[in-house]
Amino acid sequence: MMVLLRRRDDLVCQQVVELVSDYLEGALPRSERKRFERHLRACPNCTAYLEQMRVTIATAGRLTPDDLSPEAREEFTDLFRSWRADGPGAPD
Amino acid sequence: MESDVELLARLRDGDEQAFVTLVGRYQGSLLRVARTFVPSDAVAEEVVQDTWMGVVRGVDRFEGRSSFKTWLFRILVNRARTSGVREHRHVSIDSTEPAVGPDRFDGNGAWAEPLSPWESDVDDRLVAASWGPALRAAIDGLPGRQREVVLLRDVEGLPSDDVCEVLGITEGNQRVLLHRGRSRLRTVLESELQTRGR
Repeated sequence: MMVLLRRRDDLVCQQVVELVSDYLEGALPRSERKRFERHLRACPNCTAYLEQMRVTIATAGRLTPDDLSPEAREEFTDLFRSWRADGPGAPD
Repeated sequence: MESDVELLARLRDGDEQAFVTLVGRYQGSLLRVARTFVPSDAVAEEVVQDTWMGVVRGVDRFEGRSSFKTWLFRILVNRARTSGVREHRHVSIDSTEPAVGPDRFDGNGAWAEPLSPWESDVDDRLVAASWGPALRAAIDGLPGRQREVVLLRDVEGLPSDDVCEVLGITEGNQRVLLHRGRSRLRTVLESELQTRGR
């Protein structure tokens, strides 16, 4: 892979997919980011890939919590009362 | 939906409904993160229960310098560590695992088959919702360290700095873990779409 990198200045798709996270995290050095973006402009597949990664991340962010069972709600209500009754100040 | 801060204020006043609402909001993620540190579901449940006790008893000391979420997960990770499990500091990372299988590329490293965008589907809430279970399962199947980072960053939305601090890892490590994790999740969603034959 490094051989490919040095032989030509252009990134190939297989390299681009490894840089996607650093790109999204804003962690690519400027020159690398430019090469990345230049590749994207010419490559609909990698553009689609980047979009798929964005969608994956957004979908993870939309996961909703599992509902607590009524038993668990009751258990935590009881625990809460007993913890409050013991008073604060227990060390971490 | 009530914000964490509002619930916390009510919790300070001893409102048990507010407490149970917070538990409902975070219990699943806490258990999932705890499980990456400890050897069994049972121990994870103990650690999480301990964490909630820490919240109830420590709520007056929470100063809001970090978000409630970051505070909560920091308590969790501290408890998980003291319940004696794995040394977490040195993250070894398999950097050879590719984001996309090599068979998907031709001899020049270009995509062998065209990729189609998903964007129009996902803005559709119904489709997103139907992906939920598959994505959940995929996250549960990630290696522990990738799972922690994905849960905290992408599911819970903690900022990068907070995730590094809570887990005690460097930013570079976090990025590699996140990259591996997200790449795997994308692959799962992709095959899910193909299976459903759209």
